[in-house]
Amino acid sequence: MSTIGSTLPPYATALGIHIDREEDGMPVLAVDFSDRMMGRPGFLHGGAMSGLMEMAAVAALRAEMERRGETMRLKPVNVQVEFMRGGTQQVTYALGNVTRAGRRVALVNAEAWQDDRKKPIALAQMKILLSPVDGE
Amino acid sequence: MSDAAKPKSLHDLPPGSVFDPARAAKLMTRHGHGGWLGLKYHDHGTGWMELALPWREELVGVPETGVLASGPIISLMDNATSMSVWALCGKFVPHATLDLRVDYMRAAVPGRTVIGRGECYKLTRTISFIRGIAHDGDPEDPVAHVTGTFMATHGTYL
Repeated sequence: MSTIGSTLPPYATALGIHIDREEDGMPVLAVDFSDRMMGRPGFLHGGAMSGLMEMAAVAALRAEMERRGETMRLKPVNVQVEFMRGGTQQVTYALGNVTRAGRRVALVNAEAWQDDRKKPIALAQMKILLSPVDGE
Repeated sequence: MSDAAKPKSLHDLPPGSVFDPARAAKLMTRHGHGGWLGLKYHDHGTGWMELALPWREELVGVPETGVLASGPIISLMDNATSMSVWALCGKFVPHATLDLRVDYMRAAVPGRTVIGRGECYKLTRTISFIRGIAHDGDPEDPVAHVTGTFMATHGTYL
């Protein structure tokens, strides 16, 4: 498995978030249900779901930057999350989609789903500021 | 109440039961995601609730700098704003987050505890409107602003 979208931070690995596979060159993240991911009994915590989607959004943007051969520092500006279904005790997946990545700012959508890909449990839209690593 | 009947989780409380923020925060931060994050009760008043998120290596999002990931901040604000709703209506009403928007002003300083202050500014029968800030010591210099809505799933707020 290639490490597209770079490695995941301590927060992600502590929750068990990992890169499951690639789809059209974009990393699909996955996480098993666990007590650490739980909000109300038996259901995923909304914040944990958001964290997963943010990781997927950033990983997708990094993959896009890699493809362009650019190294950028990413700084989150904001995120809007819509919760559509309760997440139950099973594997949750998330995939980011770079809607627009200009020179200064990127808009990335992410979606989380469980056993039915056509029924996402949550959506996220994230704005991320881009700056060259060499600080030019 | 006997020991055996003591609620282990916030959601063992019957819907509509009187809301005691300090006690509820203890229940909420004992298990699950809130427990793992290490969330703690900080302060509360009518319609507002503050929780604390102590910095920890495991919660880092940028290993080079030690800056917290944004996920723990969202979870902190989700829980603080959720409880601010019950702190306004005075009772525990099971509800679900409909949406949450987080604006990140700046990165939280590594090592510092982040305080999440949630405020419920409007209740209808089934929808509650919330806002809040996260700061790492100075409420005048927040780390993040949030706004969002919750929906009552069992019973009504009013």
